[in-house]
Amino acid sequence: MTTLQAPAAVEGRPARPPKRDRRSWTGWGFIGPFVAVFALVFLAPIVYSIYLSLFRDQLIGGTTFVGLDNYTQALKDERFWDSLARVSLFLAIQVPIMLGIALLIALALDSGRLYGKDFFRIAIFLPYAVPAVVATLMWGFMYGTKYGLVGDINSAFDVTLPDPLSSDLVLASIGNIVTWEFIGYNMLIFYSALRVIPNSLYEAAEIDGAGQFRVITAIKLPAIRGALVIATIFSIIGSFQLFNEPAILRPLARNAITTDFTPNFYTYSLSFNGQQHNYSAAVAIIMGLITMVIAYVVQLRGMRKGA
Amino acid sequence: MSSTSSPVTTASQSASAQATGGSKGAPRLRTPRKTHVPGRPKRSVLLTVLTGLILVYTVVPLLWLVISATKSQEGLANSSGLWFSSDFALWDNISETFSYNDGIFVRWLLNTLLYVVLGAGGATLLAILGGYALAKFTFPGKRAVFAVVIGAVAVPGTALAVPTFLMFSKMGLTDTPWAVIIPSLVSPFGLYLMWVFATEAIPTELMEAARIDGAGEIRTFFQVALPLLAPGTVTVLLFTTVATWNNYFLPLIMLKDPDWYPLTLGLDAWNNQAQTIGGDVIFNLVITGSLLTIIPLIAAFLLLQRFWQSGLAAGSVKE
Amino acid sequence: MRRTTSRLLRGIALLSALAMGATACGGSDDDSSGQKDVSAGDIQAALEKGGSVTVWAWEPTLKTVAADFQKKYPKVKINLVGERSGDKHYTALSNAISAEKGVPDVAQVEYFAMSQYALTKGLSDVAPFGADKLKAKYTPGPWNAVSEDKAVYGLPMDSGPMALFYNKKVFDKYKVAVPTTWDEYVDAARKLHKADPKVFIAADAGDAGLTTSLLWQAGSRPYKVDGTKVKIDFADANAKKYTDTWQKLIDEKLVAPINGWTDDWYKGLGDGTLATLPSGAWMPANFETGVKNASGDWRAAPMPAWTKGDKASTENGGSALTLPALGKNKELAYAFVEYANSGDGVATRIKEGAFPATTAELQDNAFLNKEFEYFGGQKANEIFAESAANVASDWSYLPFQQYANSIFNDTVGKAYISNTKLSAGLKSWQDASIKYGKEQGFTVE
Repeated sequence: MTTLQAPAAVEGRPARPPKRDRRSWTGWGFIGPFVAVFALVFLAPIVYSIYLSLFRDQLIGGTTFVGLDNYTQALKDERFWDSLARVSLFLAIQVPIMLGIALLIALALDSGRLYGKDFFRIAIFLPYAVPAVVATLMWGFMYGTKYGLVGDINSAFDVTLPDPLSSDLVLASIGNIVTWEFIGYNMLIFYSALRVIPNSLYEAAEIDGAGQFRVITAIKLPAIRGALVIATIFSIIGSFQLFNEPAILRPLARNAITTDFTPNFYTYSLSFNGQQHNYSAAVAIIMGLITMVIAYVVQLRGMRKGA
Repeated sequence: MSSTSSPVTTASQSASAQATGGSKGAPRLRTPRKTHVPGRPKRSVLLTVLTGLILVYTVVPLLWLVISATKSQEGLANSSGLWFSSDFALWDNISETFSYNDGIFVRWLLNTLLYVVLGAGGATLLAILGGYALAKFTFPGKRAVFAVVIGAVAVPGTALAVPTFLMFSKMGLTDTPWAVIIPSLVSPFGLYLMWVFATEAIPTELMEAARIDGAGEIRTFFQVALPLLAPGTVTVLLFTTVATWNNYFLPLIMLKDPDWYPLTLGLDAWNNQAQTIGGDVIFNLVITGSLLTIIPLIAAFLLLQRFWQSGLAAGSVKE
Repeated sequence: MRRTTSRLLRGIALLSALAMGATACGGSDDDSSGQKDVSAGDIQAALEKGGSVTVWAWEPTLKTVAADFQKKYPKVKINLVGERSGDKHYTALSNAISAEKGVPDVAQVEYFAMSQYALTKGLSDVAPFGADKLKAKYTPGPWNAVSEDKAVYGLPMDSGPMALFYNKKVFDKYKVAVPTTWDEYVDAARKLHKADPKVFIAADAGDAGLTTSLLWQAGSRPYKVDGTKVKIDFADANAKKYTDTWQKLIDEKLVAPINGWTDDWYKGLGDGTLATLPSGAWMPANFETGVKNASGDWRAAPMPAWTKGDKASTENGGSALTLPALGKNKELAYAFVEYANSGDGVATRIKEGAFPATTAELQDNAFLNKEFEYFGGQKANEIFAESAANVASDWSYLPFQQYANSIFNDTVGKAYISNTKLSAGLKSWQDASIKYGKEQGFTVE
């Protein structure tokens, strides 16, 4: 497995093997349909892209085989590395904030110390139902310093808030949108994980006379480590593939959100604006490899501590 | 494509899978815990207020959407975002949304439902079958399957759009509902979730018993496994539904004929009218349409919440 | 038509190079090499025989035109698909062309993107259908955009001779004269902004279309194109007129940093905080639907001149209907295009608010005397028509203008948000365009 062990192993315990190993092709009968569709919509385009990445297609002059030239060019491409640095910064700041707040709310809900717990749970979860297109449009409206919420605050309190869509702040503003979209979602994941912690563990803690904080650090967090690691891994993939939010926000901030704002945006611009499909494919493949390596490292580290 | 299932979203989907199956090693859970520490904890006003701040953060934008949906195009231009304008145009907006352009919004709504039923439904089915196979069978190439799935998900989808389009076009699928439905059928995270869930929920002994009784694999699956997987199914279905409902990028590339648009594309097209010479500027309908687009999903959340929540915890029917 | 030029979804036009290269070499003698003329009789016969024509065009007035056309030729079915405009439209078109499947029979293409499609043999030459004989019907700017040597790649549908739209109420309120030169424009900007810091002379956050149009008016010709030989130079003396003036507006923060066609922009046009809008003659239709609340406030004036007394004007936007090479039913497709853009369709479209590219209509008294209620009864078409007559026709866009426009804000945009000078921004735009052109196999200077 590259990034994920079988579920039980994610938990850090060996999976209980089926009583009798049915080592046969029967399993394929069940997973076959999934694999077939997956091969069609994921693998075939990737293989096609790898093939494309070995060529260069010019407006004038047509297509030529260039071997790995596109890859060497990409590795030297400042625009690509800049975009990677940008999403890495995003990753380093937005993901911990989002997951941290989500975790805190989950713990608060789980503590039983909230009034109106069910209401909180569902209300904080709601943004997940909003399509990224709509969410970004909404926040875009609100970010407006003239007519948006920011503008309203400015005129109501006679202050001048910094423009959320300026080039200094736009990354943070995008981070805010992503956080808004997924905070409740991650919260619910953690909360669900907390809910299935067996009572026996708490009873043991009670006998030891552990306080609330101790219960959290000694029981709750280790018990949901698996959920935390998986959420982190996929937030990493999500950050590296950041695209929808900057793309939809761009009409409001063309100068700040450049066409090479994120690696995914860059491959998109190369392909759709520049017709450089071959080069775009090479960049995408490199980006996929980098993402896989990092996800793998995080998983190894996260699991080692637990096991 | 990553666009069919936003990774951040899906991240959490699989995390929830983890949560679901994470009870491994623990005694099987019959019902969700009522309290963990004996003695009901005291409610805290402070904690409630702090959590309330986050609630404000998540709800204010939605409030903005609701308030804006009550404004006419002129009202939007003339009034502040977070309060109502003098004219209350919500009903007008709604009826205009449904009737604009010969009621094409209804068509988009029905398309979206079609994509959800076939796409999300199919994705859930494939995930159940695949997860069952991964959990309960050993077969050649099993270890490779999920590795390849995750590896493929790591490749940015936008760069794959054109190759996918060309392939689909050769197969004659572009500009048909299939171009949206087929990619929706794959939910790697649904697969992961069902894998975890099936590992937990289906006692191998039960399958053995069925086989001893002479049931074939198919009958064992339908009669023994499927009922046990019901709670996990609801979770996967909900997540694939959201992914399909919100799907934007791939339909954008695949569909030209507005008669096959899902709601997201339709709203986007309306929004773009403001950038078109002679185009009708209908931000009010874009906003009302957005609100109408998310209402069914929110309703589904609320209605399925109990089932789904209990499904997450009550994973076991054994013992 | 979409005005914003540097949009996300630039068409992927040139993917067609691959597909089309093969087709063109293969066996496309019937239409592309143009020896075989299609007579009016052939077209008439096709119309009587009937068939269907798929049209990808977002121009709203075509709806009525298509209905009329079908009434006139009941055996012909026009399948109008128009939900997408601009980049998304080009993406779909280019995708279809590269897949060689699902290509429409008629496609709307903006003037700036014409040469790109023509060069990659994505479009049929319609001269053999008799289009070459229609040259005299059109104003020079649009015709120049659709034709190349003897080939004609479409018929002009509309045009965008520019005018200065201004909010009369604002100018009256602060007793500022409507500028007739760009120097006066800068002065007016200062006065208005001083009188009320909320008022800006215009919104501009960097727009490739506006910049190229203003350069065009100033007499600069940054792009020189001869087949696959391209020269790009933003440093001529006329370009300097533009950069010097505009640099003042940016430095003194006299233009509002609002991107065009956004909600904020529409609101600004409506509430008097944006005092002017240099735009194409097609703008009234958008004022009427998007800025309803300011009806009566706005007027049109000729574009300010770069030198006092100079009448040179410029174009912004406009598009043609073309016949993609891989489309079917060419005779019917051409018949529809001619009907819409040269025949009876023109009057229908003008009635619905479109701005024509045909000289006869532009000189027509009824057209010129039309009083725009939105502009307080002003006969705005007189101004637009005069502008159209004063457009220099020797402008050309790059054969990869879509790409160039897509990176405008990456390069020139820096001048709006940092200390980078506009001239330096244009230089880096030039460099990036040259680099791309070379990569694509053009001979670039």
